[in-house]
Amino acid sequence: MTAAPTGGYRLIVVGVSAGGLFALRELVSALPRGFDIPIVVVQHRSKESEALCDLLQECTHLRVGEANDKEPILAGGVYVAPPDYHLLVEPGYFSLSTDEPVRYSRPSIDVMFASAADAYGADVIGVVLTGANADGSRGLQKIVRRGGYAIVQDPADAEVKVMPHSALKAVPGACVLPLKRIAPHLAAIRGRSVPPCRAVTA
Amino acid sequence: MALAAQENNETGQKERGDERPTRRRGDSPSMLRSSANLPDTPEGYSPELERVEVQVLLEAMFRHYGFDFRSYAYSSLKRRLWKRIGAEGLQTISQLQDRVLHDPGAMERLLLDLSINVTAMFRDPGFYAAFRTQVVPLLRTYPFLRIWHAGCSTGEEVYSMAILLHEAGLYDRARIYATDINEVVLQRARAGIFPLEKMKEYTENYLKAGGTRSFSEYYTAMYDGALFNSSLTKNVVFSQHNLVTDGSFAEFHVILCRNVMIYFDRELQNRVHDLFYASLVPLGILCLGNKETIRFTRYEDRYEALNLKEKIYRRAG
Repeated sequence: MTAAPTGGYRLIVVGVSAGGLFALRELVSALPRGFDIPIVVVQHRSKESEALCDLLQECTHLRVGEANDKEPILAGGVYVAPPDYHLLVEPGYFSLSTDEPVRYSRPSIDVMFASAADAYGADVIGVVLTGANADGSRGLQKIVRRGGYAIVQDPADAEVKVMPHSALKAVPGACVLPLKRIAPHLAAIRGRSVPPCRAVTA
Repeated sequence: MALAAQENNETGQKERGDERPTRRRGDSPSMLRSSANLPDTPEGYSPELERVEVQVLLEAMFRHYGFDFRSYAYSSLKRRLWKRIGAEGLQTISQLQDRVLHDPGAMERLLLDLSINVTAMFRDPGFYAAFRTQVVPLLRTYPFLRIWHAGCSTGEEVYSMAILLHEAGLYDRARIYATDINEVVLQRARAGIFPLEKMKEYTENYLKAGGTRSFSEYYTAMYDGALFNSSLTKNVVFSQHNLVTDGSFAEFHVILCRNVMIYFDRELQNRVHDLFYASLVPLGILCLGNKETIRFTRYEDRYEALNLKEKIYRRAG
């Protein structure tokens, strides 16, 4: 049903809920210079919070910005979902929607993850970090069903465990890593030359 | 589009029901099983077959009813189709096609799903604040103003603009043409009744947008709705217009089209930009949604940004 992967991964999608700024900074700052798989981030946050991109840009050489409608998805970019929109991944670019919140969230991690799985199939890595609700679980499940790869922050290591916990319930085979090991792992598996990870505890 | 003219109560109520949150602090993992909220392709459904079915459905809708959704952005369109499939108790896109072609009522319900854009009064207050300070002074130079609000949906942003123009002393020389593809939402817009429980949020937006009065002056609280003063719509013409198939109908000083084209694919966006460019006076103002940009369209060089952040552009002379 889904074409067999031919090259390296082409998209990384990250879900984190309110309060996840520290985790996001830790993640992007540890990615090596020249890391070329585009990264798409959904963080639950209030309509007014605008500083997220600046705070991420401070700590990385990658280009950080809020995703615009129909913006091309390019290597070296970290794209953050704008508050109060759903972010949808299309093949090679983004679309936005103002449809109703899903499970009280807009942007919704599930919606973004599911669209990424549709557009990029087996070439997606989904990452679920710290968070206080179950958003992201169903999307992560879909990524894996389409042949993609799932990484979940070790709940023992997460500031708030609910989101990683429920992601692991939905995707028991996901790679479990403490935060500080996620970036090195992404760099190691990017070309898919390394065998898939076994569950590791903190 | 007489088909869409009858109010569809089932859908209308369902919408409101969806929006009313039964607040839960920290969703429990058991919510995982509730799929009602995430309209998406069922497990095991072939993505390739899905795409074929969607294309055939849209082609059939166009050929049979004349509704053209063929150039809508795929992923958001697909979510809305699955939402309707779930609501109709169906399993596949082909089943939806069968129902829609043989039951005009189902077509009408799907049309509402596909064409309602959720919005709010003074959505993005920063935009209205910028409009007040940067656009209003330019508009004062015209003796008469024609404003086109394209894709006005249920009218929240039309009333917002009417209030802004009123406070700027420009309302009496303005005429606002508020259009939408969907006659049902236009009827709601004309009625000017919005949910009372939204007024707190809208009042905050209004104040952040630089409102100079008390927001409650503009409406009368009724049983469960806020009825907005009819004086706000005395210079507003609500009318049906389809951005996909209809042409230009006047020359405008301002065109607002916010968070409508996000549902279109890039080619259709370009076609709508053809229409807007041709419908604006030289130096006319084009306002897009906060996360829309003309950068990825072929009109990038035809406008200058008056306010890049709030996506307020001015047509080159």
